[in-house]
Amino acid sequence: MATAAFSHEREHYLNKEYGIRSWLLTTDHKRIALLYLVSITFFFFIGGFLALLIRLELLTPAGDLVQADTYNKLFTMHGQIMIFFFLIPSIPAVLGNFLVPLMIGAKDLAFPRINLLSWYLYMCGGILMLHTLLTGGVDTGWTFYTPFSTAFSDTKVIEAGVAIFINGFSSILTGLNFVVTIHRMRAPGMTFSRLPLFLWSHYATSIIFLLGTPVLAITLLLVVFERAFNLGIFDPNRGGDPLLFQHLFWFYSHPAVYIMILPSMGVVSEIVPCFSRKRIFGYSFVAMASIGIAVIGFLVWAHHMFVAGMSLYAALIFSFLSYLVAVPSAIKVFNWTATMYKGSISFSTPMLYAFGFIGLFTMGGLTGLFLAALGVDVHVTDTYFVIAHFHYIMVGGAVMGYLGGMHFWWPKISGRMYPEGWGRLAALIVFIGFNLTFFPQFILGYLGMPRRYWQYPPEFQVLNVLSTAGSTILAVGYLLPMVYFLWSMRYGKIADDNPWNATGLEWRTASPPPTYNFEETPLVTWEAYEYDKMTLPAEVTLER
Amino acid sequence: MAEHILSSKLYWAIWAILICLTVVTALVARVDLGWFNPVAALLIATGKATIVVLFFMHVKYTSEKLTTMVIVSALFWLLILLALSLADYSTRPIS
Repeated sequence: MATAAFSHEREHYLNKEYGIRSWLLTTDHKRIALLYLVSITFFFFIGGFLALLIRLELLTPAGDLVQADTYNKLFTMHGQIMIFFFLIPSIPAVLGNFLVPLMIGAKDLAFPRINLLSWYLYMCGGILMLHTLLTGGVDTGWTFYTPFSTAFSDTKVIEAGVAIFINGFSSILTGLNFVVTIHRMRAPGMTFSRLPLFLWSHYATSIIFLLGTPVLAITLLLVVFERAFNLGIFDPNRGGDPLLFQHLFWFYSHPAVYIMILPSMGVVSEIVPCFSRKRIFGYSFVAMASIGIAVIGFLVWAHHMFVAGMSLYAALIFSFLSYLVAVPSAIKVFNWTATMYKGSISFSTPMLYAFGFIGLFTMGGLTGLFLAALGVDVHVTDTYFVIAHFHYIMVGGAVMGYLGGMHFWWPKISGRMYPEGWGRLAALIVFIGFNLTFFPQFILGYLGMPRRYWQYPPEFQVLNVLSTAGSTILAVGYLLPMVYFLWSMRYGKIADDNPWNATGLEWRTASPPPTYNFEETPLVTWEAYEYDKMTLPAEVTLER
Repeated sequence: MAEHILSSKLYWAIWAILICLTVVTALVARVDLGWFNPVAALLIATGKATIVVLFFMHVKYTSEKLTTMVIVSALFWLLILLALSLADYSTRPIS
């Protein structure tokens, strides 16, 4: 590790101990966050590489780069790795792990050893997933739909299912740790109404982790059992029901979208008031909207099944409920924009990512309403319209928030500043690359190009070439931050304790924080986001 | 927070009850009760789960509001899963 780069006089969590053992056996939430950071970055680039191969295949209408079976495996493994091994753990396991105790004024999470266990479980699942990838892969699509996955596919379904099953326990343990920590370990004066919104969104995410993930775990286990022991659970030939699989799978996997987006919303709720120098507009509405999304998110799953043969009456109910989830999401977007209104806005890197998040999430969310409408959904189901929609949410939303958060808290994590100019350039490249990649896919889908096909009619080529070109730009945008973050660990300017002049408790301890976070337990006497009572630092003023 | 320590005898007794109920489940499955077979299996399973939650998870000895809230919400979520899935199954046209 590059811990030697952080050789300051003062003792902190990075220089307290050295050596591989001090990292692999650590129970410090901040070090575990960094273990997660390295691991999820690794899986992000594997998943990204698979995405680039998909886009390269789709550069031409003919299936000429890979064979059809290989293509099926490429999009399956891209989805499984990106969702289960990058997006779901991204913000909670990295930024959440690092910040939850710091933001409430605690020394660590409630169960530090369980926290380390969750990383080991993640790694076990991850290594099994890599093994699956390297020994032939799986071709069911990330959704494992039955009866194909249980009766027909001759690929590594059991291995992939077990990998995701193990990884699920890592999520459950992280969620458990957050819920107990937020309930039990808040510093004196840190009431629920003073909790930063990042924590409200992590609390909501943890509820989904705890209540949804076990259902996915059992469902995947049933797939494994049906495949391995010939049980008749989902296969109609053996008395099972394939739609039961879809009900159970989406009961977790739709809320999983909110696992990905809620933490990002938490990040944006921290960045927007800080770089607008204003108190957040409608604190309690934004907080309750997180809980609302977590709860309503569990009532909408069957909108993935409108054309699967479910009852029309149930489809009507799920369509209505799916519209409802737009309400708390819209509350958040309106409150962020209202926070910026007449604010003293600075266009620093984290704020650029927050802008990107708000715009792209809004587009992703609104196109979700198209899909919640029964009539339109029939037309665009399983087309590139759906692909574009959920990438606007998961990449345009969740990844933008993750990168914004990484830039915002990097000074706290590493004790160094990243180069601001490069940061802004990368944010711009990501935004342009993202839109060039995924906007053409809305049009492709609306024109009728189906997802999961390796060939397509020649009239779709121009839009596909645009999309592939965009994906290479996006790749540059993602590589840049990794390069300058690594560079800044040695050469970056030493960061102040509070470089953004932000209000959170995490900024009232040193950068990087000492092992037990605070020299003495803080006493909280102020509300979150009292920016109207703070002054702007000279440095930020100059850069506006 | 006060810890309630249970004797190991009680744990073994609960374990024995759970094993007995497993045997009962297997025996009941061998008798043809028609539509009552799955109902009987589920009733026994629910009983076993209740015992595990009450004793192994110490819920019987807690008066914490938070614990009650966790249990009630978990059951409520199970109800959501069952009720909304049945909204589909119970209203499908029979062909």
